[in-house]
Amino acid sequence: MIHERSLLSVVVFAVFVAITLGLSFFFARKSKSAAGYFAAGGQIHWFVNGVAFAGDYLSAASFLGICGMIAFYGYDGFLYSIGFLAGWVVALFVVAEPLKRLGKYTFADALNSQFQSRAITLSAGISTLVVSVFYLIPQMVGAGALIQPLLGFEYWQGVVLVGVIVVLIVATAGMVSTTYVQFIKGALLVLFSGILTVLILNRGLKVDNSEFANSPQTMVTKADGSKLVNGLPYGKKEGQADLRPVGHLSKLPGGKTETGPLGPIEYLSTLQQSEVVLWSKKESTSNGEKTTTWTPTPTSGAKVLRPGNSPTFKGLQSDSLMPRLNFISLMLALFCGTASLPHILIRYYTVKDQASARLSTVVGIGTIGCFYVLTLFMGLGAMTSGSIDLTNDNMSAPLLAKSFGDLLFAVISAIAFTTVLGTVSGLIVAASGAVVHDLLSSVLRWEMNDHEKVRIGKLAAVVVGAIAIGLGILFKGMNAGFLVGWAFSVAASANLPALVMLLFWKRTTKQGISSAIMVGLFSSLAWILVSEDTFQKVYGFSADAAAKAAMVPFSQPGLVTIPLGFLTLILVSLLTQPKRGNA
Amino acid sequence: MAGLDHGPLHPKEIEDPEIAARNARYGMVLFLIYLAFYSGFVVLNAFFPVQMESTPALGLNLAILYGFALIIAAMVLALLYSWQCRGQLSSNSVRD
Repeated sequence: MIHERSLLSVVVFAVFVAITLGLSFFFARKSKSAAGYFAAGGQIHWFVNGVAFAGDYLSAASFLGICGMIAFYGYDGFLYSIGFLAGWVVALFVVAEPLKRLGKYTFADALNSQFQSRAITLSAGISTLVVSVFYLIPQMVGAGALIQPLLGFEYWQGVVLVGVIVVLIVATAGMVSTTYVQFIKGALLVLFSGILTVLILNRGLKVDNSEFANSPQTMVTKADGSKLVNGLPYGKKEGQADLRPVGHLSKLPGGKTETGPLGPIEYLSTLQQSEVVLWSKKESTSNGEKTTTWTPTPTSGAKVLRPGNSPTFKGLQSDSLMPRLNFISLMLALFCGTASLPHILIRYYTVKDQASARLSTVVGIGTIGCFYVLTLFMGLGAMTSGSIDLTNDNMSAPLLAKSFGDLLFAVISAIAFTTVLGTVSGLIVAASGAVVHDLLSSVLRWEMNDHEKVRIGKLAAVVVGAIAIGLGILFKGMNAGFLVGWAFSVAASANLPALVMLLFWKRTTKQGISSAIMVGLFSSLAWILVSEDTFQKVYGFSADAAAKAAMVPFSQPGLVTIPLGFLTLILVSLLTQPKRGNA
Repeated sequence: MAGLDHGPLHPKEIEDPEIAARNARYGMVLFLIYLAFYSGFVVLNAFFPVQMESTPALGLNLAILYGFALIIAAMVLALLYSWQCRGQLSSNSVRD
């Protein structure tokens, strides 16, 4: 779809970004030392830190990805909401306080508090870098999807814009400014999601049975790159055509055509008895011409609100075992992943003590939980809003806001954009911390004074930012929530076994920790690279060819690679017990 | 550690191992409760997807009710935990 920019949205957006940057420069003055740059000097209040947790965590994946998945397929996107929140239970009850007790700046510090081993620092540093980069991809994909309808830019321009602004933020300020930006953004995101939900409920549900809304749409991309939409040249001018925005009901219970305002429970129960038009997509290629057809498919509300409607989870409604294991694998990775994410873990070092670490996690869970309840309403609201862009599900939430007017759209997009900015800057701080503190200083034994550390940290931030921009452009069109699922799998496989065993098993050795991290990291990476999902969505195989080419029985690695990490740690630790320990 | 030579600006807290152990115990119990609740959801979805379509209350199906319950349970358990551990905050601030 071609999106036109509106002056209002551009202005509101520019003001938001300017305030964000202004804040960063302001707080930059406060963080001159390495402690200030990487951990905000341990001076952040727990409440601010708690909301900043929400800011860090509610990334493009949650707002754009989950809402988009719900808007396209119904309940399945909500499974991600549930898993993402459940992971916080592990973080709060198992990891938060001991981690705060052990560490100083990075995840590697905590693992290394008893051992002083370079191998641990090296493996933890590499794992932090890889997970951060994996997590950056969906953020960049989300950024591109936001900028398109907002500023009318091309996708890649959006990705580059985010990359540049973020590097500017991180290179000027570090953890203090990142924290305050996250605090403001986390609070605004939940607040405006609430407003959006109230508007959705107030609008209620409406049937559209016009022929126009219910006819299939096609897009043909010719060998020379030119495009035809519904038989006409692609464009907005006369004699040209663009894909229509979609999303409507074909039936309401009791033969009604409009419900008027509904309560939250009433909204869901009415939808469950209605019929929604979903769009099934088919792609075919012949003579270098690629044809994509979207066909309206009336689907009962009961089906929309149960799991198994999306391509990712459709196996749940079949009889075979593998799709079920795939689902369990993903839900396990989401559960274990939160407490293994480096950019979340470093936030435990920005507060002064364990009690503050605990309280800020509680505030975080409250804020994040409220948001995830709202995702279901926003997703379903988008599904029935008549504003969906069939070519990109990540745009559903901002386009939903647009159906309520340009001002709300501008504000929501600006918040979502700062969401991306905030998460990306948090990730880049974590990654540059790993490079400077773990890899260069501890492993390679570079002698650096405080000033040099911060300078090299900033340089690392620029490099990681550039990598993220490149990958963001490469992964265009994939659902941001789905991509984050991968980051969770890798993080959980690499980091969780080491973290948990260190806290709870006295016989854990340094060799056990470093080998578990490496095995977990590379086995989960390898699994993802040869999985069916990757063959289809990344390498561009057709569904059948991807199923044949896949070298692993299901796509999500967690179910195998997380236990593998634990097993490696236990075996290696038992083999490398210090002599006294064997007595 | 060999890396950064000066520590966080805030002095390391003095901790009471007994309180830390008590908190860890509370945490573990609550974690196991939630783990059981979450596993139930995953297993139901994976092996009894038809059950998720049944509509036990409020005109909502089990998938939505269970999902909301999981989110609310996380928030309630988090509050419960911070209430159980509340003693630590005051004893620490006295020592600080």
